Amino acid sequence: MGSAVERFDSGARKGFDSIGRNEVFPGELLRHPVYTRFLHWMVALFFFLALFSGFGIYLPWLFRWFTPIFGGGALSREMHPWFGLAFVIFFGLQTLNWIVPMRWTPADSRWMKNIRGVISGSEKLEPPETGFFNAGQKMQFWEIVVGCIVYLITGIILWIGADTFGRWTVAASYVLHDISALIMLGGIFIHVYLSTIGEPGTFQAMTRGAVSEAWAWTFHPAWFKEVTGRDPRQSYEEARNRMKAERK
Amino acid sequence: MSDRRLLQIKQMSAHPGPIAGGEPGREVQRNYDVCKLVDTTTCIGCKACEVACVEWNDMPFAATTFDNTYQTMPETRWNFWNLIKFNEHQREDGTIQWLMRKDQCMHCADPGCLDACPADGAIVQYTNGIVDFQQENCIGCEFCVSGCPFNIPRFNQTTKKVYKCTLCSDRVGQGLEPACIKACPTGCLKFGSKDDMKFIAEERSKQLREHFGYDKAGVYDPQSIGGTHVIYVLHDATDPERYGGLPKNPTIPWSYKIWKWLAKPVLGTFALFGLLGVGLHYVMVGPRRPQPDPNEEGAHGQRS
Repeated sequence: MGSAVERFDSGARKGFDSIGRNEVFPGELLRHPVYTRFLHWMVALFFFLALFSGFGIYLPWLFRWFTPIFGGGALSREMHPWFGLAFVIFFGLQTLNWIVPMRWTPADSRWMKNIRGVISGSEKLEPPETGFFNAGQKMQFWEIVVGCIVYLITGIILWIGADTFGRWTVAASYVLHDISALIMLGGIFIHVYLSTIGEPGTFQAMTRGAVSEAWAWTFHPAWFKEVTGRDPRQSYEEARNRMKAERK
Repeated sequence: MSDRRLLQIKQMSAHPGPIAGGEPGREVQRNYDVCKLVDTTTCIGCKACEVACVEWNDMPFAATTFDNTYQTMPETRWNFWNLIKFNEHQREDGTIQWLMRKDQCMHCADPGCLDACPADGAIVQYTNGIVDFQQENCIGCEFCVSGCPFNIPRFNQTTKKVYKCTLCSDRVGQGLEPACIKACPTGCLKFGSKDDMKFIAEERSKQLREHFGYDKAGVYDPQSIGGTHVIYVLHDATDPERYGGLPKNPTIPWSYKIWKWLAKPVLGTFALFGLLGVGLHYVMVGPRRPQPDPNEEGAHGQRS
């Protein structure tokens, strides 16, 4: 099973690398290959389509101006499940793609204990054991995995309706569907913030696929060590000394 | 005679703020709560009301289903809102009682469909108690089906809209009785104010109890949903289920009562905290930059 997933993923990565390309300049590292970026943006596209078409159904008194974008309330309702299904399918592929780097490790538990330092900005450099993803990213990832399962089950119940599943099942599903969406909505603010202005230099990882070495040794030192073979802290000190020397 | 007092909107599905009203003369005259009274004890199952309903509402032909009963079809349909349900009830002494009940929208005082509906103005309740679907605002989500304790709203797969009995709001708005009432030959259907119909129903129940030996005869006007604007006189009010699944204590799922109102502040809180959180983090803590940060190193250099 595991090897079948790996074969599928490596085949997909290879296939997408032949279609698209990565732009990695000197002093940079490839972070996300074409396949990952493709999946990420498909997930993002269908997430926002589902979100905006769902808003009009969730709270029409506030979001009724969203529905004309989708051709009215009835068409929003008709298309919302399809957007959601596409979102779940692409995120499912992303889950297969990322299942290995997203595994929770003891280092992640240690990272979570120190989350205050990350939020307050006192931790300039990530601890050396932080790998390809940090614990915060992993938590968000697994939240979306659970959210997708909730969406899928409750969504199908809402889609097919009370005639098949009974009115109480539908009434309960509707609440769970909303709660799942709200948690994901809260997470998406953090995700968009951190990947753009919150941690400068991150966004390019999802456009041309590359990040600077400085970005890598700052935020994901263990991954930096893995791909370059150099010690992240030492590389940082060297860069710092170089920078000081240049200033003098 | 046009009597607009009979069709003023009282509440609306998913609608922001109060309902516009306050036109001159409002509340000056007596406000009617209309009501349809169905006396199941005098219904003869002639189905004239079914025909009148289809005729008046100009419905396309609905194929009937024969399932060894006298019933036209097993359930109401999107284009067949009024159905006489035939049920055989075996009494304790082994004799058979034939029950006929006119099944249609009950026009609840506290409508579950309206609570469940997420589309602005797709379901309205008039001040006279009629609950009406406005198909032009319907988004076809079928939440009303799960909100209804009587299994009444019907989805049309072609138009993707939900339909049900309007209590002939178009006729009532013009001061006429609903079509089914007009067609009834036995007088088992009556239409008037809720108070009057309730009075007649209670009188009839009393008559049934005292003179006809139906000890448990009574009026079906379930208070669990604030009463209905269609009430029944039943031979045995203690067991309405035997009349083709009339629920004894109809209820509306709590999620439509609580979550609908909780959802708005919860969303506001999530959105506010999410946006405020990241916004304040940016201006108070600032971004996390790759190290060494040229700006910061420079600042240190100047300071030392």
